[in-house]
This record gives sequence, structure tokens and C-alpha cells, in this order.
Amino acid sequence: MSATAFDRLRAAAFSLLLLMAFAAPAFAGAFEDAVTKFANDDFSDTAEAIDAVAASGNPLAFPIISALNDERLFADPESKKVFIKQADDKIIDAATGAAVDKLPDGAAEVRLNNRLRRAVDTALGSLTLMSPDPAKRISAAQSVFKSHDEAALQAVDEALAKETDKTAKAAFTEARAAILLFKPDASEADKLDAIAVVKSKGDQEALALLTSLGSDQPPLIAKAIAGAISSIQGNLALWSMVQNAWYGLSLGSVLLLAAIGLAITFGVMGVINMAHGEMVMIGAYTTFVVQEVIRTRYPGLFDYSLFVAVPLAFIVAGAIGVAIERGIIRFLYGRPLETLLATWGLSLVIQQAVRTAFGPTNREVGNPSWMSGAFELGQITITYNRLWILVFTLAVFAILLAMLRYTALGLEMRAVTQNRRMAASMGIATSRVDALTFGLGSGIAGIAGVALSQIDNVSPNLGQSYIIDSFMVVVFGGVGNLWGTLVGAFTLGIANKFLEPVAGAVLGKIAILVLIILFIQKRPRGLFALKGRAVEA
Amino acid sequence: MNVMDTRKTSAMLYLDGVHVSFDGFHAINNLSLALEPGEMRAIIGPNGAGKTTMMDIITGKTRPDEGVVLFDGTVDLTRLDETRIAELGIGRKFQKPTVFESQTVQDNLLLALNVDHSVKGTLFWRSNAEESERIDKVLETIRLTDARDRLAGSLSHGQKQWLEIGMLLAQDPKVLLVDEPVAGMTDVETHLTAELLKEINRNHTIMVVEHDMTFVRELGVKVTCLHEGSVLAEGTIDDVSANERVIEVYLGR
Amino acid sequence: MPHVLTRSLDRASTLFILIVAGLGILIPLSNLLLPEGSFFQVPTYLVALWGKYACYAILALSIDLIWGYCGILSLGHGAFFALGGYAMGMYLMRQIGSRGVYGNPILPDFMVFLNYPSLPWYWHGFDMFWFAALMVVLVPGLLAFAFGWFAFRSRVTGVYLSIITQAMTYALLLGFFRNDFGFGGNNGLTDFKDILGFNVQAEGTRCALFFLSCAALIAAFLICRAVVTSKLGKVLVAIRDAESRTRFLGYRVESYKLFVFTLSACMAGVAGALYVPQVGIINPSEFAPGNSIEAVIWVAVGGRGTLTGAALGAVVVNYAKTFFTSGALAPYWLFMLGALFILVTLLLPKGIVGTFNAWWEPWKAGRDADAASAAREDGAEPKPNPAE
Repeated sequence: MSATAFDRLRAAAFSLLLLMAFAAPAFAGAFEDAVTKFANDDFSDTAEAIDAVAASGNPLAFPIISALNDERLFADPESKKVFIKQADDKIIDAATGAAVDKLPDGAAEVRLNNRLRRAVDTALGSLTLMSPDPAKRISAAQSVFKSHDEAALQAVDEALAKETDKTAKAAFTEARAAILLFKPDASEADKLDAIAVVKSKGDQEALALLTSLGSDQPPLIAKAIAGAISSIQGNLALWSMVQNAWYGLSLGSVLLLAAIGLAITFGVMGVINMAHGEMVMIGAYTTFVVQEVIRTRYPGLFDYSLFVAVPLAFIVAGAIGVAIERGIIRFLYGRPLETLLATWGLSLVIQQAVRTAFGPTNREVGNPSWMSGAFELGQITITYNRLWILVFTLAVFAILLAMLRYTALGLEMRAVTQNRRMAASMGIATSRVDALTFGLGSGIAGIAGVALSQIDNVSPNLGQSYIIDSFMVVVFGGVGNLWGTLVGAFTLGIANKFLEPVAGAVLGKIAILVLIILFIQKRPRGLFALKGRAVEA
Repeated sequence: MNVMDTRKTSAMLYLDGVHVSFDGFHAINNLSLALEPGEMRAIIGPNGAGKTTMMDIITGKTRPDEGVVLFDGTVDLTRLDETRIAELGIGRKFQKPTVFESQTVQDNLLLALNVDHSVKGTLFWRSNAEESERIDKVLETIRLTDARDRLAGSLSHGQKQWLEIGMLLAQDPKVLLVDEPVAGMTDVETHLTAELLKEINRNHTIMVVEHDMTFVRELGVKVTCLHEGSVLAEGTIDDVSANERVIEVYLGR
Repeated sequence: MPHVLTRSLDRASTLFILIVAGLGILIPLSNLLLPEGSFFQVPTYLVALWGKYACYAILALSIDLIWGYCGILSLGHGAFFALGGYAMGMYLMRQIGSRGVYGNPILPDFMVFLNYPSLPWYWHGFDMFWFAALMVVLVPGLLAFAFGWFAFRSRVTGVYLSIITQAMTYALLLGFFRNDFGFGGNNGLTDFKDILGFNVQAEGTRCALFFLSCAALIAAFLICRAVVTSKLGKVLVAIRDAESRTRFLGYRVESYKLFVFTLSACMAGVAGALYVPQVGIINPSEFAPGNSIEAVIWVAVGGRGTLTGAALGAVVVNYAKTFFTSGALAPYWLFMLGALFILVTLLLPKGIVGTFNAWWEPWKAGRDADAASAAREDGAEPKPNPAE
């Protein structure tokens, strides 16, 4: 929407409010009578009161009905006065809007039953149809769509006539269609049009609306409804595939981020670092610390916290990685199984250290504004944090790939991966390559921690929950080729998310594990394995 | 086991048109070779000529992409695994001496004996005079009688090479594949090894891969030179070492 | 098979068996016969605690058999232990009968609570002890056989095998946490009453269970000794040290691995079955990957490739765990455990017993030089030093 259009709308809304405020006294008598009816403690009187207040156009109408909805509307049976308890606990007289010191002793909540609650919903819907805020109008229209109450038809028509916002207009059209569909005396042509509108809405709500219509319809309409239902169902099935694929990509990106460092160290050094998950965890805690410092010292820079956290996490985790390699792993060279045990021990120590320093509970890591929220794509919702993580992961992957291909360290790493002894005799300082590789792998794990802190709980156990999945990615994808890790991560992520709706989250995961175990039978060295004699050496 | 109806060849070991490639690299390229029963053949060739890969193919470690590999004229080796091929009677000594370092010399030979190799057989195995005798004989042949109770890991490099040859003897295969038996040996040890192989050759077919030309000359057998995965030259040591191509790619001028 | 016994019993093994048998008899006697509070009376809780250690020692033996002798590092052996435990737990649940909270004579409490209409098919037969005892061995054994058949046939070795065994126990962990698996969800099986008609809480039962655990430990030790001192044991070490060489000698390596892996899983199952009535509960956390790795470190501490070492390691580490986690030092236990993993692999790769042997045997060898050649004549095999 352009700025001028928005201004115009705001002006229109403001004049509408003014109009309502001036118009109010003219109806004052009828309005006050209606309000008094709330005090009768009689459900049918309350029903009348709701309708009358909603139709009154009085500026107090909305506060009254919403107070009624939230059980903040009180009535004194003696004085027949009605009061609103505002959100800030101040009391006002419902009929006049005047402030009141306190509720009379006899005042009690105005009671509702289910029928009345529906009436309240409808009233609220029609009241907010005129709201100056387009978002509120849209949500009001959506509530009308769900309630499809005939009483709202007039309000919807009026609102539709005035509406300028495109989305809101669509919402009103849909709401109108829903009402017409349920209106017994609507013409067949209107109903067919309405079905077409609902069909083009095409979501779960549209489906629910159409199925709730029942079967006792004229044949032509029944046929149109059936057609619309099957079209929506097909559409929804397609979207749910897209949804699963998106979730799968998102999970895959997380797995890739967590596994890629592991794949590098395993590829180059043939050792599995069981403390890899703890490097991820350290990255997440680095983000936490960075955000804490920014929050207390430079609150304005919060949105940039991740730009500080990413390099810092890389450095912190990478430095710890180099220390681990120099301090432990190089002494265990050629004994991969012992390396596994020693690094497991290390993971226990790191976890406990973090638990001691930061406490065992989850730590709050916030999303910067550009990472929070979501947008709709057709029938699915895509959250910005997941989208950014996918982009970030692919960027990290690309950088890493370029690094391996074009830098001296990358060349040396590839040489050592393919044939360590030959590389050593060619004059490559394999121990330096080992340390740097380990640092690089751990650093990437640290970066993964920054990303994971945006979608997961930051606790000392963070790393544990990813480590087995990361292993599976590496085992599945094969060693010595980053593309294998990429394909492995996304395959497992997507397979997981497609199995989940069928088998449930846990059984889906078990199925994946079993499939991988069976897959290893066929290709013991993974999808993209190195071949030839060097592998056995 | 895959036994064919008729003998295709009189050769003990017969390779024809064998190809193997690893990720596009042709390690073995149209290799054809035949070893007659009782023959000893020396294989020479530069690094990467495919000598070890050829042994991998014969012993079932690597599957050829195409080609025929026959044992004893009847058995298709490309369909069998290492264990089965070893049971048939093809023994192998590795380039790098591979013995069971944490076990005694005697136990190494005991493990190599071609007796019942099933789980049940070994679980309920009892020592017996016949096996002890065979072990004693092998120990004598490889001159390690005094070292029988030493851990194999504590032997010298040359002794390990011999122990591995001894294990081949204990295995008593029809064909022995011997990969660089004299690498890292002194001149005296090399000479003794040549004598040992000649002695073994009396009742075994042998294929030896070796770079040491003095040793190959001492063996005095037919020589095959491999290059880029196929046969470059074949004949007596004098013929082969006079071949222009062999001199160019391998021996040097 | 007398020759198996004479071959398998050297001096250290005899000593080990005598100590375990002595404890197995003396501790229950002291608990039952001496007056309570007497200095020499072992309190009942300690009997149960040491019974637990004995079960851990059996688990450690089973891990040592495959890791120490055959080089297969299983990071999922806790799964076999837990499966044996669940089989016993199912028997104990069925013995509760109508004494449960809901008083249902057939269905265990959790099934009543979860609205099971009837007993799931796989719970049938567990009211009979012989059946449960059979399952204690059979279920872990079959799982190990199926898993090993796939893994060893396709030559999954080294860290790959370790990782997929870990994935196996992780998958089981996830499964047993589910209520609809029919094993009590995350609460597991507990509130046991009787075993073979005896109250599981009673002192006499606890002592009997302790005695049985010691007996099982001795039996497991003898089985392992028989295996590792046979020619099969030499083949296992050969596979550990040079797998492909062994294959080229004509040994079907996957059969050997499968045999020893399955045997080991059965032993772990028995350990789990004895463990459950003594601790009074079995729940999915027993499947946690961390438990399996911890069991591996017992073996590493004691000395892999030495059976006495594995058993000793299990007791030492668990005694330390009990000691530290019950005191003011509890928050530091994980630091200590982690450090143990690192220090043992770095500084004591042969473990306590292996290091002791390395120091002791050269000295002994000098003294016994003459005896050794004499022993060979008898057909007794000189014991190789299996470490590394």
C-alpha cells in the first residue's frame, strides 16, 4: 500500500470515529436503555442488549462487548447500573463512559451462556469490521467467515462497499460468501458464486465450512460443493507436501550445519569427535553471552547481535577445537576407537562445566527483529528464522567448498584426506593440517550453535540432541566429499518430515535409523565414498 | 562355488581382458595373463602399474568391471569372496608384512594351517601331533624355530617377511601370491629368500611381485612387466630388460 | 569338558574365581547370620549394591569379549542389558497379579491406566519364569544376531560400527519411551512384589540374588575364558589385529564376529535380568547411549583384553560413582568421569590389569623361563599379552 493511500485511509477512519462520537448523543436514550438490560440478569435480556449495543454505533459499544467477552462487565442489580473494568483495573460506567471510584458492593459479573457467547463473537466481529486498522478488519472478517452469522451480512456489505485494502476486501468477500452459503433464502446463483469464492480461498477453513454445509442441498449446489471440496482437498494435499518439503529442508539445513564440521574432521583425520555436539552448544552459549552484553550495554544494537556472535562463536569453538586436537587427539592418532572414548569424556566435562557456569536450565536467546515473524506462501507459513538459517547454511557450505578448492589449506586438507602417508611424504605438515582441520570443524560447529540458538532451547544438553543425527548424516553421506554431507543432510531431513505425519515423530525417527542401518549394508562407506586402494591403507 | 563343465584352459591362474577402474581411473586395463601349474612368475613394473590391484582381483578383494579370472581352469574367481578363494587354495603375502603381532610365532603358524576354519571347529579345537609336526617343519624352513614363543611383533622386519612366507607354507595353497617379499631385507636375507621361494616352487605355483631386479634375476624365471594396467612385455629376464619400452617406463637408461 | 577348564584356568583366573565365590558366600552369610549393627554385618542395602556391581561386572565381561579380544567397539551394549532387564521386569510385573493399585489380575497397572483392553501378545508367557528366563537370553541374542548379520556381512567396521550400535540403542530408547510400545513408557516397569514366590524386598531374597549374581559372574568369566583360550580366541585376536589378513587365511571373519557378538549380547541380557530385581526398576533410560559408553570405560579402566580387568574396572568405577555421587562432591562426578575417559585412554591404554601385567610378566618370564618350555610339551598355550 502506498503512503498516500494509507494516509487517506487513516483520515477516513478518523472522520468515521468523529462522526460516531458526534452521532452518539442522538441515540443516547436507546443506547442507555439497552445497556441497562445487562443488569437484569436474564439471558434473553442480555441477548437483546448485545444486539442493540452492537447496532448502536456508540463508541462505547466495542468496550462493552469486549468487556463482556472477557468477563470484565459488571452489573449492579439494585441501581441497574453497568460497569466496565478496564484492563488497567479502572472502573467506568458503561452507559456514559464516566470514571467510577469502585464497583458497588452488589455488583456481579454479567453471565453468559454458550448461545450468548456466539452472539458476543458475532457482535465483536461486526463491530471491528469498521476498525481503522486493516489487520483488525481482516481478522474480524475471518471471524465472520467462521461464524457465517446472517446478522452480520449487512455490516459486511457495508464494510465491503467502503473497503479499499485489497486483502481486507478479499476477506470481506469470503465472509460474505460464507454467510450467503448458510442463508436459507439466498438465490441459487448467489450460492454458486459463493461456492466459487470459498473454493478459491482453498484452505482448511474453507474446507471445514463446505463440509459443515450438510448434504440436504439442491442437486446443483450439492454438486458444486462436492466439486469444491475435492478441489480444495487436492490443493491442500499438495500444499501439505510443500509444507513437509519445507520442514524437511529446514531440518536438513540444521543437520547439515551440525554435521558438516564432523564430516570434515572425520574425513581428514578419520576420527569421530564425540564432543562435536558440545562445540555446537558452546556456539549457542556464545550467542547468549553476546546478547547479554548487548542488552545491558548497547540495547540499540540488538539486531546486530548475530553478526557479532557468528565470528566470535567460530573463534571460541575453533580455539577450543585446536586445543582439543593438540591436547588429546594427536596422542591418540591411529586409535580411532580410543579417540571416540576420550572425546566422549571431554563432552561430559564440557557439559558439566557449562552447567556449572550458566546453570542447568534453558537460557533465553532472542531473535533479532529481522529473524522473527513469518510470512505466508500459499497455504504454508514460512518463519523468517528458519528461512535465514537455510540461507546461512548454504552460504557456509559454499564458503567451505570454495575454501577447500581454492586455498592452500584446502588443498592440503584434500591431500591428507585422500592419502595421508603420501601427503606427509610430499612435505605437507600433516600435524598442522590436523590441528587446523579440527579447529575449522569445531569452528563451524560453533557457527551452527549460533544458528540453532535461534530455533532451539539453549541448554547444556543442546549438543547431545544433535550428535546422533549428525553422525547419521556423515555415515549416510559418506566421507571425504562435502556434497555427500549436503545430500545426506537434506535427504534425511526431508525423509524425516515426510515420515513424521505417517508414522509419528518418534516412529519416524526410528524408521530413519533402521533405514540407515540397512543402507549401510548396501554401501558401507556411505553415499559418496572414496574408492580405490588408498581407502584401505 | 561356480564350477564349469569343461576346462577352459590348462593354466592354474588365467586372467583375460580384465578391466578395473576407480572413479574413472583405469587401474587395470585389458590385462591378460596365464600361469601354468608349477610355474613361478615374476611380475615387475613401475608404481601404479596395477600389480597389487591384480592380486586384489585374484584374491577377491576387488571385483573387476569386466574380464575373466579363472583358477585351475574351472573356477570363476570373480564371483567368490576372499575367504572362499583362500579355502580353494590361493594364498597371499602382502606388500607390507602383515602378521598377527600380539600372538606368538607358533600361534601365527597355527592360525595359518589349512585345517577346519569354522567357528565350531576352532572353538573345540585341541592340539594334536600332526599339526605340531607341520608347524615344527615350517618353523625349520623359515629358520624361526628358536623364536617360536616370541611375539610376532617383536621380530625383525626380515623375520616378519619370513614368518609371513611361513604362514603361506602352513596354509599350503596351490598358488602363492607373494607381494614384494624382499623389501627391506639385507643382501644375505634376499639371497636366502630367493632360495626359499625356489624350494617352495617345487610343489607350488608362485606369482612374485618384486622391484629388486637382482632378486628377480636370481629367481631365474619368466618375467612379466606391467604398465598402466596391462602387460607391456613378457619373457626371460634378459628379453624383458632389453625391451625398449620397459627400459623407458621402468628400468631407466 | 575338563580340558577346557584346565586350559582356561591360570593363576590369576583362579584367584578371581575364589574371590568372587568367597564374596558371594560370605556377604550373604554375614548379612543373614550376624546380628544387625554388628561391625561385621553387611547391611542389606550394601548387599543389593554389590549385587548391582556384580551385574555390571558381567556386562563389562561381555563388552571385553568383543572389544578387548575381537576389536568390535559396541556403543550399544546397554541395549542388550536393558532388553534382558525388561524381560525379567515383565515376569516380575506379571507376578504382581491383583496386588497392583488397580487390582487387575492380568493387566499391569500402567496398562489399566492407559486403557489397554487386553494383554498385548508379546506379554503372553511372561507369567512363567522359565519362559521369561529363556527370553532374557533369546531376545538380546536374536537382536544381536540380526544386527550383526547385517553389519558384519557388509563389513561395517571400526567407528562406523560403533556409531550404528549407538544409533541402535538410541532407536530403542526412543521406542521404549513411548506408551504405545507396551512397556510402561518412561516410567518403565517397577513396584515389583515377588520373584518365584519370594518377596523381592526381603533380606533373604536379596542375599540369594546377590549369590546368584556372583555365580553368574563366575559362569560368565568361565565361558569367556574358555572362548578366549581356545583356538577361536586366537582367531578373534587375529581379526582384531589384522582383519583382512585373517580373511585371506580362509577364515570367515563375519561368522566369528557374529558368534562372539551374539554370545556377548546374551551375557549382557543375563546381567540385565539379574540387575532388575535388585534395583527394583527398569526404565528406558537404561537404553541411553551414555550408559553404554560408560560401560565401555569400565573395561578400559580395568584393562581391555584381560577378563579380570574388565570385571575389576566395572566394580572400581561404580564404587567410585556411588562414593562420589552420594556426597558433597556430587556436582563434580561428571568432571571426574569425563577426566577418567580422557586420562585412561591417554595415559593408561592397557588399563589397570594390563599395565600390571606388562610390568609383572617380564619379571615372571625370567623366573619361569624353564617352566615355559615344559608347559608347551603339555599342550598348554603360553598366554600372549593381548593388550594393544
